Amino acid sequence: MTTFVELLVNGVSVGAVYALIALGFVVIFKATEVVNFTHASLLLAGGYLIARLHPVVGFWAAVSAGVAGAAVVGALVEFLVIRRGRVGSHGVLAIVTIGVDILLTTELTRQIGTDVLAMGDPWRDQVVRLGPVTIAETRLVALGVAAALIVAFLLAFKFTGWGVAMRATAEDAETAALMGVRLGRVSLSAWAVAGGLAAVAALFLCVFPTPGLDRSTAAAAMKAFPAAILGGLDSTTGALAGGLIVGVTETMMSGYQGQLAFLGRGIGDAAPYLVMIAILLFRPAGLFGTKEPARV
Amino acid sequence: MSRRTRWIASAAVWGAVTAGAVAAPFYLEGFWLQTGLFAMSAAVGAIGINLLTGATGQLSLGHAFFLAVGAYAYVYLSSDVGLPTPLAAVLAVAASGVAGGLFSPIAGRLKGAYLGIATLALIFGGQHVLFNAETVTGGYNGRAVPPMELFGFVFADSPEVVVFDVPFGSLERLWFLGLVVLGCAALFARGVLRGRPGLAMNAIRDHEIAAGVMGVPVARYRAGVFVVSSMYGGLAGVLVALVFQRVVPDYFGILLSLDYLAMIVIGGLGSVAGAVIGAAFVSLLPQLLTRYGDALPLVAAPGSGGVSPAEAARILYGAAVVTVVLFLPGGLLGLASRLRRAIPRIKELRWANSAPEPASRR
Repeated sequence: MTTFVELLVNGVSVGAVYALIALGFVVIFKATEVVNFTHASLLLAGGYLIARLHPVVGFWAAVSAGVAGAAVVGALVEFLVIRRGRVGSHGVLAIVTIGVDILLTTELTRQIGTDVLAMGDPWRDQVVRLGPVTIAETRLVALGVAAALIVAFLLAFKFTGWGVAMRATAEDAETAALMGVRLGRVSLSAWAVAGGLAAVAALFLCVFPTPGLDRSTAAAAMKAFPAAILGGLDSTTGALAGGLIVGVTETMMSGYQGQLAFLGRGIGDAAPYLVMIAILLFRPAGLFGTKEPARV
Repeated sequence: MSRRTRWIASAAVWGAVTAGAVAAPFYLEGFWLQTGLFAMSAAVGAIGINLLTGATGQLSLGHAFFLAVGAYAYVYLSSDVGLPTPLAAVLAVAASGVAGGLFSPIAGRLKGAYLGIATLALIFGGQHVLFNAETVTGGYNGRAVPPMELFGFVFADSPEVVVFDVPFGSLERLWFLGLVVLGCAALFARGVLRGRPGLAMNAIRDHEIAAGVMGVPVARYRAGVFVVSSMYGGLAGVLVALVFQRVVPDYFGILLSLDYLAMIVIGGLGSVAGAVIGAAFVSLLPQLLTRYGDALPLVAAPGSGGVSPAEAARILYGAAVVTVVLFLPGGLLGLASRLRRAIPRIKELRWANSAPEPASRR
């Protein structure tokens, strides 16, 4: 039972971090209809900045710099590449983001090399004991920060001018443009927000119990893809649900690996994708995705 | 250019390409033969994924999985089951097709980039199986690949064969096998693309609903193309296994899938020639940089802290993907055909400029 509770809390915490990444992914999709494969490298960029800057300027300044940096990288990708790609189908734009991802990831992994970079966070490996249950402080902080960010984001989405513009664009870009919404600004800000969220996620993916930022961190970011798609690519609620499902599944499968030995070693890494397939079989548009009606 | 001269020109080009390809093993050293063979197998796989992504508009990041199925099925069937190697190769391709077919409930229903993310599951699930099903796959260390044997002729270094004073080792022999396989694969795909199925596939890519209204069974076509594409992947996998002579799970990861997507975008989406050109570009680039890296600025030896040739190649072709989409719609192939159209136009312009002013201007 103790193990179960510990795993559940850890899973929810990891899931909240995945939800942050998936949320950025969904925001970009809603604003520009591009499936953004650059996300893994945005995350890596944010994490790298935090890891390199914290010995120089201190942890909190480094985190702000990392978030700002990843947001700038995201905005640059939108401004220099996505905006200029005059192609008919969004599928081709998705491939372009793969190209950008190859570029950024190659350069960043080259910079990281074989090192494992510490994030310099103040929580280190301290744990909190609640009765028999032991939970790492970093996990609790991750949960709190992710929850706060998600709530703030959803409120902004609902009540600020920016959020209204964003939703209007997602609903009908042409009409929104005619009403005076500046589409370029909307998509630029979507990419910047997604970059910032990815950087926060990078921080929490690389703190205790993970050893730190290394070249495999981008692979961890890949798990947010199934999270986004199993929830439904055009739904913010879906991103949250998807993130939690993926996080909890992964943690549970890894935690009970001993009992699940027949599934093979490292099943935790493959589990999110298997869950995604299982859900897509029954709901091709994802759990909360809208099945787009088409008029001919 | 009249139709006749154009026909003669294209026949001459194809004749030269064929002659060059046949003569290559007599002149090239082993390193380039191996690179060329990798390019050939990549071309086979790229043709397959171009049918899916380029012609039908369905993104797949799972192609590496089908290569793995082909390669491992060939090894398993030929060494463990003990089938004759050509039969094992055919069955391995069929096995990839079956794997693609099993994925069809998803491949038929999801479109475009959604499918791309769903196929990530194939990669990660596949890697999991490859590492864990050790009795079949050999786990982390992989397995040795038995050489192909066709009508008593072995595609290996022994027994020794010398043709025109050139010793024919496994690479030289495989070169011709690769040429034949690539030729057949290209012809088949061209037939598909030029016939009714090709039109239906393009219709699905351009407007799914319109295609459905015109009577194209959209889901069935999507699933069918996915199966064909995965069989191409399996064939490429068998070739790669034969050239490598060893299969290891690490090779069949997400990076390989990304390479394939880069190939078709760089070469040109939706055509056979585009896939082949892109495959040649992406497979030759790292080797060229490795070989001539010393002479190039910015490229350093691996491990010296600078940009290694492999990294430089990845950066270059990542940039190539972006550049092609932004500035060269249609890829390298599109560039070639635009140049061909531009040359006669320039001639015409010159002729028009040198001609006297028309007299009938009032």
